[in-house]
Amino acid sequence: MPETIHLPMGPQHPFLKEPAKFDFDIQGEEIVGARMQMGYNHRGIEKLCEDRNYYQCLFILERICGICSHSHTTAFVQATEKLLGLEVPKRGLYLRTLVCELERLHSHLLWLGVAAHEVGFDTLFMLVWRDREIVMEILEEISGNRVNYAINTIGGVRRDLTEEQRKKILAMLEPLLARTEYYAGIGTNEPSFVGRIRGVGRMSKERAIEKCAVGPFGRASGVDMDIRRDDPYGAYPDLEFKVITSDECDIYGRVLVRVFEIVESCKLVRQILENLPEGEIAVKKVMRRVPAGAAISRYEAPRGEDVHWVRGNGTEKPERVKVRAPTMANLEAATESVVGALVADIPIAIASIDPCFSCTDRTTVALNDRRRGRRLTTWAELRQHGIDWYRKNKGISF
Amino acid sequence: MFKKLIKWARTKSPWVLHFNSGACNACDIEILAALMPHYDLERFGVQLKATPRHADVLLCSGPVTKQIAPRLKRIYEQMPEPKAVVAVGACACSGGAFRGCYNVLEGVDQIIPVAAYIPGCPIKPEALIDGVAKLLGKA
Repeated sequence: MPETIHLPMGPQHPFLKEPAKFDFDIQGEEIVGARMQMGYNHRGIEKLCEDRNYYQCLFILERICGICSHSHTTAFVQATEKLLGLEVPKRGLYLRTLVCELERLHSHLLWLGVAAHEVGFDTLFMLVWRDREIVMEILEEISGNRVNYAINTIGGVRRDLTEEQRKKILAMLEPLLARTEYYAGIGTNEPSFVGRIRGVGRMSKERAIEKCAVGPFGRASGVDMDIRRDDPYGAYPDLEFKVITSDECDIYGRVLVRVFEIVESCKLVRQILENLPEGEIAVKKVMRRVPAGAAISRYEAPRGEDVHWVRGNGTEKPERVKVRAPTMANLEAATESVVGALVADIPIAIASIDPCFSCTDRTTVALNDRRRGRRLTTWAELRQHGIDWYRKNKGISF
Repeated sequence: MFKKLIKWARTKSPWVLHFNSGACNACDIEILAALMPHYDLERFGVQLKATPRHADVLLCSGPVTKQIAPRLKRIYEQMPEPKAVVAVGACACSGGAFRGCYNVLEGVDQIIPVAAYIPGCPIKPEALIDGVAKLLGKA
């Protein structure tokens, strides 16, 4: 029995694009235990939202994550529109969905490049990122921005698409579709790539359901769940698309699901542009005061199900905004899927869920650490701290 | 003469380390996009490195959360002299959209000295290329 060695990775590590810390127990080359520690990226956005009105919240929620920025604003405006009882015009919904799909495209292409980089296939990395620029150009054409699109507003979208733009984007899609089909072939058939990922990071269907895996990660383990089909929003009820699932249950399956979703998204973008209805893009008059009540909204982000819960209290500011990002659901399962793999497989196994710590990070936890003389904060102390803080800074007494 | 050679070598091939100190990923993917074939920052000799011990320039994005602050300082200390820090994005410059959050320190310059600021939320790859070129011109 070889000795167990403790191997920490992070917060700054070449395989992590964002700060997070993983602790692995290794015996020789094999991983026998894995834990993770988060909180490096926690900024306190949910709290900040309580100080902002709904339109300012849009701005701040867009900056939860730069890759799936449209997901968070769409989930938030959907919840707010439910509270206000707004009916968004058809064209507004279609434009919103158009950006959704383009975002999925650019996010999956980004991931495919990073995954290729993690296994040392840098040629694919460079090629994918070159063609990802086509998507970025389309997004810039539609919204004026490359990353944080700022196209959503409560009751619709902010910018319309002209006929010339529509034709231009349709023309730009042709080479993109050809390229994505080429990448789908490489990602699933190239022996040097497939040999590296097949059978690595296994996660059975039962464990995936138990660990609440969502999105492409869950679908690669055979969990047939897609919010776009199961609880449709935006323009999805009118659109036709396939939900890609796989029973491979390993990293190969996750690549398979994502590359075919890229192709499917490309087709969806074309479908939306060809069937774009005429009319208004947003509701003309929107009340600034949102009535009291709570609403929940689900959204299929590129990484999985994104849930926003918003509670209004009759003022211009939300009382509480709660975000459950998809990575939160997947991280636990991903950490478990690493166990049994080799040390060299850690980067690709963790990257295979497409982790996004900026979406996910929760607050730091003060552990009972006798060595440094720290002790656990009790619930009563925390509550008292909150009351004191509000009394001092906001002049509210309880 | 020898000094001139070293200076020439340093300004012609700055190796950069990218560190995310609590950013939203937007600046980070734009940094990566700037290094990729479309913008190709590598033609100026700029190369992304994995460890602070190899890096000359630290590209730091994000508003610096309280938990990352000591780590950021340690990474800066691990870099060999001469070194420069570039604050990438509005939140690395001043806190940006996250000003007022309870867990952020509002800017990289609160922790380590910064040589160049690149504003924008997020930055454009062109802005990054411009910023790095200006920094090298100053060296």
